[in-house]
Amino acid sequence: MTIIQNGVIMERFKVLVVDDEQDFLETLVNRLKKRDIDTIGAASGEEALKIMQDNLFDAVVLDIKMPGGMDGIETLREMKKIQPLAEIVLLTGHGSVETSIEGLKLGAFDYLLKPIKLEELLVKLSLAFEKKDLHSHKIRNLKIKELLR
Amino acid sequence: MKKTLYSSLRRKIIFLTLAVSLAPLILLGATIYYQFEKMYKEKIEEQIKYRSQAQAEAVDRFLKARMAILGSMADTHSFWELTDENRLSQLFQIMNLRQGNFVDLGVIDNIGQHRAYVGPYEIKKFNYFHEPWFDEVMSKGIYISNVYTGYRKLPHFIIAVRRQENQQTWILRATIDPEVFGEIVRSAQVGKTGDAYIVNSEGIFQTLPRFDGEILSKSMIQPSLFGSGTTVITAGSKNGKHSLYAGSWLKNNKWLLVISQEVSDEMENLFATQYMEIIIILSGVMAIILTTVLTTRMTINRLISNDSRMNELNAQLMQSDKLAALGKMAAGVAHEINNPLAVILQKTGWMEDLLLEEDFQASSNLEEFKVSIRKIEEHVERARKVVHNMLGYARKMEPHLEDVDINDTINQTVSLLENYARNNNIDIQTDLSSRLPIIASDQAQLQQVFLNLISNAIDAIEKEGLVEISSRLSDAFITVSVKDDGPGIPEDKQKRIFDPFFTTKEAGKGTGLGLWVSYSIIEKLGGKIGLKSDVGKGATFTVEIPVTTPEKK
Repeated sequence: MTIIQNGVIMERFKVLVVDDEQDFLETLVNRLKKRDIDTIGAASGEEALKIMQDNLFDAVVLDIKMPGGMDGIETLREMKKIQPLAEIVLLTGHGSVETSIEGLKLGAFDYLLKPIKLEELLVKLSLAFEKKDLHSHKIRNLKIKELLR
Repeated sequence: MKKTLYSSLRRKIIFLTLAVSLAPLILLGATIYYQFEKMYKEKIEEQIKYRSQAQAEAVDRFLKARMAILGSMADTHSFWELTDENRLSQLFQIMNLRQGNFVDLGVIDNIGQHRAYVGPYEIKKFNYFHEPWFDEVMSKGIYISNVYTGYRKLPHFIIAVRRQENQQTWILRATIDPEVFGEIVRSAQVGKTGDAYIVNSEGIFQTLPRFDGEILSKSMIQPSLFGSGTTVITAGSKNGKHSLYAGSWLKNNKWLLVISQEVSDEMENLFATQYMEIIIILSGVMAIILTTVLTTRMTINRLISNDSRMNELNAQLMQSDKLAALGKMAAGVAHEINNPLAVILQKTGWMEDLLLEEDFQASSNLEEFKVSIRKIEEHVERARKVVHNMLGYARKMEPHLEDVDINDTINQTVSLLENYARNNNIDIQTDLSSRLPIIASDQAQLQQVFLNLISNAIDAIEKEGLVEISSRLSDAFITVSVKDDGPGIPEDKQKRIFDPFFTTKEAGKGTGLGLWVSYSIIEKLGGKIGLKSDVGKGATFTVEIPVTTPEKK
């Protein structure tokens, strides 16, 4: 997806998808890529954090329930430390609505109930991007004002 | 099965209690009854025996006194003196002066000839040599006769004593006044049936009895039955009643003084006492039986009601245990299904994306692919809904307390379903109590429950019928019942009606989750949900919601 702002193509939308279900992850990455969104997949929280060290993302799609490795909330907390401006959309199944609400308190953008429809996800992602963009603008404007002073 | 158990238990308790309490009572009663009778009889016998003995002694004393008088007269006078009738007459007067009770007096010589006589009868001319008593008095020295009529044709008896005077042997003979003698004996006749008389060793009356005969007639007494001293026997008397006879031998066992008494006469007091005792024992027995039966019935009834309450509690406990376990399982299963569903949905989405590419657009089967993919998505959606319902309810279980007007909630729910009902010719009637308080509960969840119950009722009726909804306040609960006149629910299905995924509707029409969810909601709200139904008579679901007063704001 190309983000157009004020009639100018600003930049490509960059998304990180984190899910331990390999088939789900692969397919979702493919479908987002097909929609021209720069998407990278990560099969665990640890892997996601490693990728985030090197790449900036606009949004992260994070499955909150990943048995085995680092759990969703922990991952979310770490992500917010690395890239505070990246908006995080949580994917939640049964038993994790409360966890999602906890996630919202920790700064996640929103949550979606699995199984998701791609259209719903796209809507959420664009909203997330708008918000992130607004934030970035504000910060940029603040910085410019500072420089001009 | 249960009923016979209870009644056999009741029988056992009643039987044991009665046996333990009645046996000693009856035994004691019978013992007292017979012991008392025995003692009383002994007492009566002793009494009559004593009277007989005393009377016999009195009679004996009387006779001995007469013999002594006669003897001393004979010993102090000579034959010549006494054959002088003037002298004899004088003596006779002296003898009778102080209650001598002699009727006459005679002197008889050793050949039986009356030599002198004082008395009212003309018997001086008689010779007694051939009379049996003459020999006896001559040999034994003293003689008391039986009563006989003799020459004078009147019943009497005589006393005779022999005097040995030098070579001369003579006899002084006197007749005892039978009236006076009889009077002495008769003085022992007491009570209404008491009798007293003397018989000789052949059973001939020697005195006039009060009943049963004349003097010198044969009595019913068999003297051989009476032993030495005083003996008491019981025998039937003429009128068929039992009588006691006490006989004492006197006059060297030649006479028997008999005192008789009808048993019933003496026993009246005893019978009254025994009658009283029987009444007391009987009323005691009645009281015990009555108390035992009543208390046993009460105990058994309490036991039955306790048992049924216990069974009800057990059933409820089992039901909620089962539903909790099923709920957990269902939630687990739902979670496991959700993940594959998510993958399937993504894969079909991906396929749709790919179908947009040119290679596929050219394929003649493009439409078929699209239709198949849509169908897959449709059914994934269906599965997703089931799981979402389940998970959604399981998730949203924590009640959100607010001020709820139950009647309002019912009315809102009814208005939601009115159209649906009207289309099926089903009438919904509400009978709502105006006394319901506002309670703290979860309106959305309660509406969900009412919606489930009412739409189930409509579905059960199918076409044409009546759904009645009522609300009532009772103590700590508001009771809402939803009644339909549909076909009813068979008993085997009633037990499973609240189970998840259990449905009586056609496949695909019901998820089998509505009542399960309703059950869980009501239970979380602290209430109860129940069902009463008979096949052919419709079904009534009853919801009890606790009255929780809202906090004052």
